[in-house]
Amino acid sequence: MQSEIITAEGLAAGYPDNTVWRDANFAFGRGEFIAVIGPNGSGKTTLFRLLLGLQQPVSGSMKIFDAPPRRGNPQIGYVPQRHVIDSDTNVECLELVRLGLSGKQWGFNPFSHKERDAALAVLEGVGATGLAHRPLGALSGGELQRIFLAEALVSNPDILLLDEPLSNLDLRRETDLLHLVNDVVRSRGVTALLIAHNINPLLPHLDKVMYIANGKVATGKPSEVLTSESLTALYGVQVEVLRDPHGNVAIIGVEEHHGDMV
Amino acid sequence: MTFSANLLTDIQQIWHLEFMQHAFEAGTVIAIVAGIMGYFVVLRRSAFVAHAFSEIGFAGAAGAVLVDVAPIWGLLLGSISGGFAIAALGRRVTNRDTQIGIVLAFALGLGLLFIRLYPGYANESYSILFGEIVGISWGGVLQTLFFGLVILAGISLIYRPLLFASLDEDVAEAKGMPMVFLGMVFMLLVAVAVSIAVQMVGVLLIFSLMVTPAATAQYLAKRPQRAIMISVLIALAATWSGLFIGFYEPYPVSFFITSIAFVAYLAVRAWDWKSPKRIKPGGVPKTGFQKSRSSKADRQTTSLGSGSS
Repeated sequence: MQSEIITAEGLAAGYPDNTVWRDANFAFGRGEFIAVIGPNGSGKTTLFRLLLGLQQPVSGSMKIFDAPPRRGNPQIGYVPQRHVIDSDTNVECLELVRLGLSGKQWGFNPFSHKERDAALAVLEGVGATGLAHRPLGALSGGELQRIFLAEALVSNPDILLLDEPLSNLDLRRETDLLHLVNDVVRSRGVTALLIAHNINPLLPHLDKVMYIANGKVATGKPSEVLTSESLTALYGVQVEVLRDPHGNVAIIGVEEHHGDMV
Repeated sequence: MTFSANLLTDIQQIWHLEFMQHAFEAGTVIAIVAGIMGYFVVLRRSAFVAHAFSEIGFAGAAGAVLVDVAPIWGLLLGSISGGFAIAALGRRVTNRDTQIGIVLAFALGLGLLFIRLYPGYANESYSILFGEIVGISWGGVLQTLFFGLVILAGISLIYRPLLFASLDEDVAEAKGMPMVFLGMVFMLLVAVAVSIAVQMVGVLLIFSLMVTPAATAQYLAKRPQRAIMISVLIALAATWSGLFIGFYEPYPVSFFITSIAFVAYLAVRAWDWKSPKRIKPGGVPKTGFQKSRSSKADRQTTSLGSGSS
């Protein structure tokens, strides 16, 4: 039903003699919500760097809207990992969101009302209207994530890359933010890739999951990818996917180290 | 001349003297430029780097005096080459206090040597270290104006990208903005601004115009454009009143400028401390998109384990 906007074939990332992962094949359509999970250092952020054009693939090909990734692609909104603001930064949130729209423009041209309205509209969309005139340095972790989300969304991107937005959030803020991202995906038709450590809070919202571990990448519907059979087949060793009565999963048997499993 | 209760006659009196006119003119340009550049210096936490520029510039200025060239050219050469070096090493380096401190100490030592080599060093070194704006020539005023205009043109050209890169480096980089280029242009502009501001307050008191007014302004305004305006106003007020008081009192102008800027800072901090407007909120705002969703997600409060183990 949707055309694919991100595709990859035989993609490998890292260095020629030392790949982080390889043989990745995936295709994501418009308005899909995808979780990217896996152990620390497995190459989740590397995937984002490839999509952002900050890093080149070792081999294989990746296409965004039928074109190779390029740095500064306006179709992508990005919220980096461990994105923090100094606590004594006394600049109001609206300003950062506005810069998300026009921060690349050279020359002295005072901010227009149109930009201001666009920034206020997107702040309202992420439920952060009340934060518009608050200083960035005074925000809590959850509030900051909303502002960063607004900053990324204000230019109306087709793709949203969120690198561990849930870290440092308590359970309630985590649930709130996930609802919000899900609403954004559904209402705007944005394709969102979200890196997380724990798949469980995401499961109710997800269209697809990308599991990156030990140099390999598994992609598909959560019910298809997160099974003992498929992961065992992928890794060639016994991987156990456990489920509790609430549908929560735990993946056991994949070691946390780089490179291929032997 | 003595101070009278009538401010207007006092100002008229001062304005009749050419050297005071020049001091006010150059001081005005310097205050405007320092107030603007100071905002970005404070926002990017580059205060120490700005100070390093001025002391590398000191070595340059002392060297210039030695070979019979106007100190301003040595200042420019010293601080600009310092700016190039630091910008080329990248923004992360600007936070390396140790390395900057080492270079700074060496530059000061070099300046000391140059000054010793110059016969009659005392006056020159004193004015480079602590500023001596009273006595600036008309040519010096024009020079200051020229460099001031260069800085204004430069900063208005890179205003938004610089603001974005200063607030949100990672996203700006991912958006394909030329971070090294931006950092380099900024450092060069700071170097030039430092060089002309040294005429006013000297190498050692450079913070009083490049940092204090901007740091004060950041407590008073959350919008960059407004904060920059306030920063300029504070720098102007400190410069003008410093020159005015310094005319009647037998103490250095730089001392008055430094003190006025400092008092303004203290007053604003005290006021800010008294009014607790930075209260952290408790509640979570509702989103515009959010519909009432009886979601399975609400049950996900307990999890069996993490996605990876």
